[in-house]
Amino acid sequence: MSAIASPVSGRIEPGRILAWLLLFGGGLLMVTPLAFMFATSLKDSSEIYDLAFFPAHPTLDNYVTVLSDGRFLRWFANSFGIATAVTLSNVFFDSLVGYTLAKFQFRGRYLVFIAILSTLMIPTEMLVIPWYVMAKNFGWLDSYWGIMFPGMMTAFGTFLMKQFFETVPNDFLEAARVDGLNEFAIFWRIALPLVTPALSALAIFTFLSNWTAFIWPLIVTTSKELYTLPVGLTSYAVEAQVQWELIMTGAALATLPTLTVFLLLQRYIVRGVVLAGLKG
Amino acid sequence: MTTYTDVARSGGRLWQGLSLQQKQVVWAWAFLAVPILFYGLIRFYPTVEAFVISTTKWNLMTPPVFVGLANFERLLADPVFWKVFGNTFLYLVIGTPVSLILAFVIAYHLDRVRFMHGFIRALYFLPFLTTAAAMAWVWRWFYQPVPIGLFNNLLAGLGIAQQPFLRSTTQALPAVLAPAIWAGLGFQVVIFLAGLRAIPTTYYEAARIDGLPELAILRKITLPLLKPTIIFLVVFSSIGFLRIFDQVYNMTSQTSSDPGGPLNATKPLVLMIYQTAFSSFDMGYAAAQTVVLFLVLLCISLLQLRLLRDR
Repeated sequence: MSAIASPVSGRIEPGRILAWLLLFGGGLLMVTPLAFMFATSLKDSSEIYDLAFFPAHPTLDNYVTVLSDGRFLRWFANSFGIATAVTLSNVFFDSLVGYTLAKFQFRGRYLVFIAILSTLMIPTEMLVIPWYVMAKNFGWLDSYWGIMFPGMMTAFGTFLMKQFFETVPNDFLEAARVDGLNEFAIFWRIALPLVTPALSALAIFTFLSNWTAFIWPLIVTTSKELYTLPVGLTSYAVEAQVQWELIMTGAALATLPTLTVFLLLQRYIVRGVVLAGLKG
Repeated sequence: MTTYTDVARSGGRLWQGLSLQQKQVVWAWAFLAVPILFYGLIRFYPTVEAFVISTTKWNLMTPPVFVGLANFERLLADPVFWKVFGNTFLYLVIGTPVSLILAFVIAYHLDRVRFMHGFIRALYFLPFLTTAAAMAWVWRWFYQPVPIGLFNNLLAGLGIAQQPFLRSTTQALPAVLAPAIWAGLGFQVVIFLAGLRAIPTTYYEAARIDGLPELAILRKITLPLLKPTIIFLVVFSSIGFLRIFDQVYNMTSQTSSDPGGPLNATKPLVLMIYQTAFSSFDMGYAAAQTVVLFLVLLCISLLQLRLLRDR
């Protein structure tokens, strides 16, 4: 890939080797915190004071301790369920709106587009107080729906999908129309499969941001069974005080899923993030 | 969900009488019905309400009392607010340039690397996928005094005096900022790499035939053509640093005191909003703070639009 932009071809110069070594060393430095986290999660409490990177007697005891009371499993399931539901909602509604704004001609289209786009200017933090009041009035406080409702659709996702649907040729849609498909079927069966790269980018971004979301779940939940993983981890860490090996185990559990998925789908995810970042 | 099928079925004959163009309009509004409701109720109405609440005194228990601009006057006279405003500004003016320059240098060199390119990129990108709340605890552990903390042990090994890090009013803010920069760096590297890729190779070839030195190529070709990428990343990361919360909350929370310490040295605006609203339940005052945050972010967005138009 880098062959395209590589300015010097073939010859290996000492400067390039030095640059490579520095880049590689920097990269290792970047993952050091993660490596220490995982290494420490495998140590027993007597070992955490000696700073040997590798545990002398690797053990999964910390994982057993952390997982045994079931709280982490619950938080894990909460985070997974919430992130999945919000992602599905975003993938469906953001593409539906993006498609409508890209492919339909009707009065008010531009107004709707500008209105949705303008919500990008409003920071979430400004809305948390009204959302909290709203959730309180509707009895949504301390519920899954209460955690999920603010993120069910996003202007970012809508804008991203609109950009992509604009590249879908109208002829495809017209052909389907001639075949007698209704408009929803055209969207669902013809247009949507043509923008799968954008859909996966949107799905990755939405899932990741909901998996790591902190402030709103922290505000809206009070009972521990409803905590998401980041909020649960915070409460756990405060409780565990100086038992760093247990805190590191909790942190490792929160980080493992996203890292594993990334290692499996690396190319896809990097491309998705670039797509979402540049087009959105 | 039911709207469009309902319209399509119940309208039976009426539907048949519509022209193709009119049918399209009906479909469009049917598709938009639920989203319009959502944006109205969950985005626009709360925005207006935030402004309204900012003009009241309200503790959620008793009905809100209209106080006009009193909350904003109180804000201007509040030394904690100015401290917090200064902190937020520091997060922004240190975080954005440091992370952008680092990311550009890394991407610029990584772009020329072929050997293990994907692997090295993955190393830089991995922290971006972590949960900030979890990583904050890892870094917090690193900052502990000896014999626990990694950094102080390294310093001790080098014979350098121990540092208080999170316990110091001057070192705590950069100490909290470091994991935020660390976690965001990979994203910026990847975006810069994509930006560099998008520059046509012919430009470079032409410059090289003309005998331009590498530094001149960087200044005259690479950087100007990267301007849209740079503007995007400056705005994206500025907004991120202005809204910093997860790291501060998790790295400075104490059993004895509220997060944001020592002595408010690390407290950013979003944490102040959180505490005013959800620890003190001083909703009006907190809403006034969110209005300030909104105005700051609005200025940055407008600046971006302005810069992009000048292109």
